[in-house]
Amino acid sequence: MSTDNPVSQYAVRLADDALILGHRLSEWCSRGPFLEEDLALSNVALDYIGRARMFYGYAAELSGDDRSEDDFAFLRDCRDFGNLLIHELPRGDFAFTMARQYLVDVHSVAFMTDLQSSTDATLAAIAGKAVKESNYHLRRSRDWMLRLGGGTEESHRRLQHAVDELWGFTPEMFEMDELEKSLAGQGVAVDVSRLQPAWDTEVRATLAAANMSIPEEDWQVSGGRQGKHTEWLGHLLSDLQFMQRAYPGLEW
Amino acid sequence: MTDNLSDQQLEQRETEFQQRIDAEEKIEPKDWMPEKYRQNLIRQMSQHAHSEVIGMQPEGNWITRAPTLHRKAILLAKVQDEGGHGLYLYSAAETLGISREELIASLHSGSAKYASIFNYPTLSWADIGAIGWLVDGAAICNQVSLQRTSYGPYSRGMVRICKEESFHQRQGYHIMMTLARGSAEQKEMAQDALNRFWWPSLMMFGPHDADSVHSAQSMKWKIKRQSNDELRQKFVDQSVKQAEVIELELPDPDLKWNEERGHYDFGEIDWEEFKRSMTGGGPCSRQRLAHNIQAHDDGAWVREAMRAYESKKREAKDQAVA
Repeated sequence: MSTDNPVSQYAVRLADDALILGHRLSEWCSRGPFLEEDLALSNVALDYIGRARMFYGYAAELSGDDRSEDDFAFLRDCRDFGNLLIHELPRGDFAFTMARQYLVDVHSVAFMTDLQSSTDATLAAIAGKAVKESNYHLRRSRDWMLRLGGGTEESHRRLQHAVDELWGFTPEMFEMDELEKSLAGQGVAVDVSRLQPAWDTEVRATLAAANMSIPEEDWQVSGGRQGKHTEWLGHLLSDLQFMQRAYPGLEW
Repeated sequence: MTDNLSDQQLEQRETEFQQRIDAEEKIEPKDWMPEKYRQNLIRQMSQHAHSEVIGMQPEGNWITRAPTLHRKAILLAKVQDEGGHGLYLYSAAETLGISREELIASLHSGSAKYASIFNYPTLSWADIGAIGWLVDGAAICNQVSLQRTSYGPYSRGMVRICKEESFHQRQGYHIMMTLARGSAEQKEMAQDALNRFWWPSLMMFGPHDADSVHSAQSMKWKIKRQSNDELRQKFVDQSVKQAEVIELELPDPDLKWNEERGHYDFGEIDWEEFKRSMTGGGPCSRQRLAHNIQAHDDGAWVREAMRAYESKKREAKDQAVA
């Protein structure tokens, strides 16, 4: 199930990013390291689910047929999902979850700030709400980077391992394909390739402050925007989509 | 402090304490209170807090599988609220001079209890509806009554919690209503959930008044304001009407209106099952506790890192000042 409208396609990608990361964060519910953090993780998950609903809702509106946000979320298979790979990686331990969150948050703040100036008023409005959330998420995830990096030997080791495992998934956040280049040319989409230098500076500064070493950049994986995912996504979807697949076409 | 009082002084204090209770005064953390009052409150409040926290599991079991994004967002927010209730209640219990670590340790050792209803599995999406409607419904009956409990922090916590719980019950009932008005298999799913959760919901009010170990003293101290059987009856009466509206059948052949009493009569609870479920023999008893212990153990290094980081920061600050 795809849509021909380019803005709709773009909105679906952004919705997929939010839904898939929101799903991973929601898996923490009742598993947090302490109750306050359990609630905070659910809260961030809820922001992402809300974001996904806004982007899917807009995509559905643009597609001009009677599809709903749920059709996009629950009735597409792996190859039609356009999320960046970093979002679909299993939640791992708390260090992995927070390191991913930090790397994504630095990107999201810059991305949503830019998207606020989109010539598309709806995307700009969604970004206006999202940027506030992401700023708050970033404050939290950056604090955790410092705490885990500067905490104990074990937390330092776990965080370093997480950063090493995530590093090769970060260049994908700055790739542009034909769709995004064309939409960026019209002032609709964000030119993410321009966000990389500032991201790099900020992330390196935080890693240094957290006593982390910068991973060697000798590997990178991408393909999410073209539906070329990791094997993890299929399992995530079989969980996410279970009800709509087992009991199709019903009201819930 | 109690230790230094003579028997006579102690008796005097207890009499004055009871007078305050009888006059509907709220007891506050710094006020003198009998040691047994304190212990009784800690038992009840921690049991309540643990129930909120353990209750996150059966509902959390459906967050990743919720059938629509709207339902997912509501469920996630709801489970988050439950965790928040656990947090208020742990904090309220801490005003009685016990730490959260101690409370959690008692849960993990099995000496503190939680509501046995959470030892049942959530097997279908309809179970999320049944929990919201019945389990939160039963909890509200109890909590509305506890808004008038004699201990100030507990009473104020209940006022906040009740506001959120009534929203939870509505969302659960709405799930059930949608299913009951849906396809044949959805209706069957709803009826099946009701069949499985009805009796355990009645058990949530605890043993009959005559068999309840702590009840008489708790009522005298106004920790509890209404008895187990009174609250259970109130819940049955309200549920009968709610089930009728959505055309689902409560699984009790003995359920019928008693004109004389002005209440519904209902069948006897299987107290053997209640005891089994309370003492670790419920279908998910071992799983629920193991899950909570696992999360706590998995988080140990995070809590340790946080403490280490804070103390390093403090040291650095002290050195800078020196």
